[in-house]
Amino acid sequence: MKNIKLFKLRNTIIAGLLLVITYGCDRDLTDDIVDATFPSTADVFIDNPVGLTDEFFESFDPAEGYNTEDTFEVVDDEAYEGTSSIRIDVPSPDNPNGFLAGGIFRDRGTGRDLTSYDALTFWAKATTTATLASVGFGADFDEDKFTVVRSDVQLNTNWTKYIIPIPDASKLVQERGLFSFIAAPFDVLGDGPNGNEIGWTLWIDEIRYEALGTLGQSRPRIYNGADLVEETFTGSSFQVTPLTYTANLPTGIDATVTPAFSYFTFESSNPSVASVSESGEVFVLGDGTATITATLANNQAEGSLQINAAGAFVNAPDPTEPAANVISIYSDSYTGVNGLNVGAFNNADINIQTQTFDSNGHIVYENLEFVGMSWDGTIDVSGMTHVHLDVQLTSPGSTLIVELIDFGPDNTDNGLVGTDGSAGGFNATSQLMEGDWVGIDIPLNAFTLPTGGGGAGNPNLNNMGYVVLVSNGGSVLVDNVYFYNQ
Amino acid sequence: MNVIIKKNITALILISGLIFTSCDLDETQEVATLDNLVMQDEFDVDGAPNPGMWNYEIGDGTAQGIPGWGNNELQYYTDRPENVKVENGMLVLTAREELFEGSSYTSARITTQNLFEQKYGRFEARIRLPWGKGIWPAFWLLGNDCDQNPWPNCGEIDIMEYLGNSPTVVFGSVHGPGYNGGDSVSKEYGIEDGRFDTDFHVFGIEWSPNRINYYVDDELYQSITPESIAEDAQESIEDSELSNAGDWVFNRPFYIIINMAVGGDLPGPPNAQTVFPQTMLVDYVRVYN
Repeated sequence: MKNIKLFKLRNTIIAGLLLVITYGCDRDLTDDIVDATFPSTADVFIDNPVGLTDEFFESFDPAEGYNTEDTFEVVDDEAYEGTSSIRIDVPSPDNPNGFLAGGIFRDRGTGRDLTSYDALTFWAKATTTATLASVGFGADFDEDKFTVVRSDVQLNTNWTKYIIPIPDASKLVQERGLFSFIAAPFDVLGDGPNGNEIGWTLWIDEIRYEALGTLGQSRPRIYNGADLVEETFTGSSFQVTPLTYTANLPTGIDATVTPAFSYFTFESSNPSVASVSESGEVFVLGDGTATITATLANNQAEGSLQINAAGAFVNAPDPTEPAANVISIYSDSYTGVNGLNVGAFNNADINIQTQTFDSNGHIVYENLEFVGMSWDGTIDVSGMTHVHLDVQLTSPGSTLIVELIDFGPDNTDNGLVGTDGSAGGFNATSQLMEGDWVGIDIPLNAFTLPTGGGGAGNPNLNNMGYVVLVSNGGSVLVDNVYFYNQ
Repeated sequence: MNVIIKKNITALILISGLIFTSCDLDETQEVATLDNLVMQDEFDVDGAPNPGMWNYEIGDGTAQGIPGWGNNELQYYTDRPENVKVENGMLVLTAREELFEGSSYTSARITTQNLFEQKYGRFEARIRLPWGKGIWPAFWLLGNDCDQNPWPNCGEIDIMEYLGNSPTVVFGSVHGPGYNGGDSVSKEYGIEDGRFDTDFHVFGIEWSPNRINYYVDDELYQSITPESIAEDAQESIEDSELSNAGDWVFNRPFYIIINMAVGGDLPGPPNAQTVFPQTMLVDYVRVYN
C-alpha cells in the first residue's frame, strides 16, 4: 500500500527504489525512467473490462463471416478467478449470422503505454481441445501498426494460462489495440473446411499485460530463418515474408508470433542494387548482389534474402496480330477473357506466380506437371486458325505439351469420356529454348495427340473451356496466350 | 547517492530473504559463514582451462566403465576448444550436435580431481546456463575415494543441476548409500521473475560437518543434515539391504566437476526444438573455508 502511494509521486528515484524492492538485487536501475505520457494500465479484463471502449467487444467485419450476434458474452457462472469470465460461443459453419467469432478490445482513451511489459497473458478453457485460430494484440481498426498474432493456440478443457510474447515493447508507447482473437468452427475430423466442423465454446479470463521476466531466447526471423538466394532482374520487387518472432516460455516451450513489419528494421547491404522499404518491400534497382537482412530491437533476425540481379528482364515481344483477329486468354496487349484463372487445376507441388516488369506481366510455372487455365464460361474459337503462346524455358530438359479442352454443346466440364467434351494435345518441346522467349504458333488442327484426361485428339472448337500445359516437372515462363485468325 | 541506497536495499533483501526462507528450518540450524578464499578460478586467461586446476574426462563413459556416464547420456566428452575453452573471462562449455566417435553429440566435463580437493567449505560458481530439451548441465562434487569406495558410498553433492526445458528451475541434491539416483535427497529452486539461461546466477553450498546449505544467489533454499537425510529418504533407506544405508558420507575431501550432458535418463533426448550448439558460461568458481 505504501509503495502505491509513493509511486503516485512519480518521483524518479522512488520509482527506482520500487524496482529494486520488487525485483531483487540482480537488476540494475534503468537510466531512462521517464514519466509516461499515456497510462500504463496492465489490466484488460479481470471481472469486468478495464478501461475499454463502451462497445467492449468490437467484431471483425460481418461481411467476412464474423458473427456479431451469437458469440460474445460476459458470464458469472464460470471464472478462473473472481466472479466472471468472457464466454465465446464459436458458431457452427451453417450459422446464418456468420461462422467466425472474432474481434478486438480497444482502450477507451488514446492508448496505453505498454513499454514496461514483456507479455500479454490470459487464462482460457474450452469445451473441447479446439485451437484458437489466432490471438494477440495491436489491431485497432486504424493503423494496425504494431499487431502481434499467435496462431493456432491449442486450448485445453481446464483453465490454462497462455502467453503472447511482446517482440519489442519499446514500440508500444501508445497502443489502443489491447486484445484480439479469431475462433473458427472446430474441424474435428481434421479434413479441412467442408462444412462438417462443429461449434464450440471457450472462456477467457484475467487478460492483462505483465512483466514476466521469464521469457528468453528471443529469436526474430525473416523467411523462417532461411538464407535465400534469388536470381532476378532489375525492376523486380519482393516482399520480405514471413516475419516471425519466437520466445522461449518459462515452461520451456517456444512460442512463435507473427509481428507486424513495424517491429522490424530492414537493411540492404547494397542499396544501389536493391533497396528495402520500412514495410519490407524490396526493389531491385541495379545489377549486382545485395543481401536483405532485418533487426528487431537491435537483435539480428535469422534469415536473409540475397538478390543477384543481372540486367533488366527481357519481356516477351509484343504481339502484332490486329486485335480484331484475336481472342485473348492472357496478354497485356489485348482485352482478355473474363474471370481468367491461371491455375484452375494443377499438380500439388506446382508453384504459380505472376511477375511484372515495365508494366508487362507474365506467368511463372515451376514444378509444372499439369496446369489448366480457365475463364468464365466457354469461348467459341471455331473462327480462329491458330493459338499462340510465348514460352521461356527456365529449367533445362523440360518438356511442354499444350492441350485444348472443349466442353461441347452442354457448355459444362463433365469429363471427356462418354460426354460431349473433347480434347487434344500438341507437343511443343522441340521449339523451346532455355533463357529465351519463343513464340509458339500452333494450328488448331494440329492438336492431334490424345490427352492425359482422356481426350482422343482433334478437339471441337465451339465451346473451348481450358488451355492446359503439361510438363515433366519443368519450369517455364508464359505470356501472350491467345487464339487468332491468320 | 543511488549506489548507496542500492547497497542498503541489497543488504535488506539479503536479510529478509534469509528470514523469509528460514521459516521452515530448525531454529538451531548451523549457517556456515565461510569467507576465507582458498581456491578461485576467474577464467581470465583465454585458451584451455588452467591445467593446474582442471582435468578433462573424455569419452562416452565406456573407458571409465560407465557407458553413457551411468545415465544413458548421449554425448562424447572431448578436450577440444570446440567443447571447452576459456574466452572473454568465461569458461565456455559447448554442447554440439555432430557425429563424433560414434556419438551424436559432443560436450565437455572438467574436474579438479587430484588437483583441488577439500573437505567442507563454501563452493560456489557464477553460471549462465544453456537451454532446450535434453540439455543437462551440472556443477557438483564427488568424494575423492570413489576409486576404492564405489559410488554411491563415496558420496555426491550436486550443487546445481538443471534441465534445459525448465529454464526457471534448478535443483540441489546429495547422493549416498541408500539414497541415490531417483531416491536422492533433492530440492528444486524456482526463480519467479527471471531465467537461468538469460542471466548469470551464483550457485553455491556451504558445507560443514553436519550440514549442507544450498543457495541460489543470496537465497538459502535447502539445508541437508544427517537427520533430514534419514527423514527424506526414510523409505529407500529402510528398504536398502546395505549396512551403511543412510550414512552421512560427507566427511572427507571432495573434488569439483562441471559438465554439460546431452540426453540421458533424467532429461530425455533433445527434440526438434532444441537449438545447437548450446553454451554454458562460467564466470568464476570460488571455494572458501
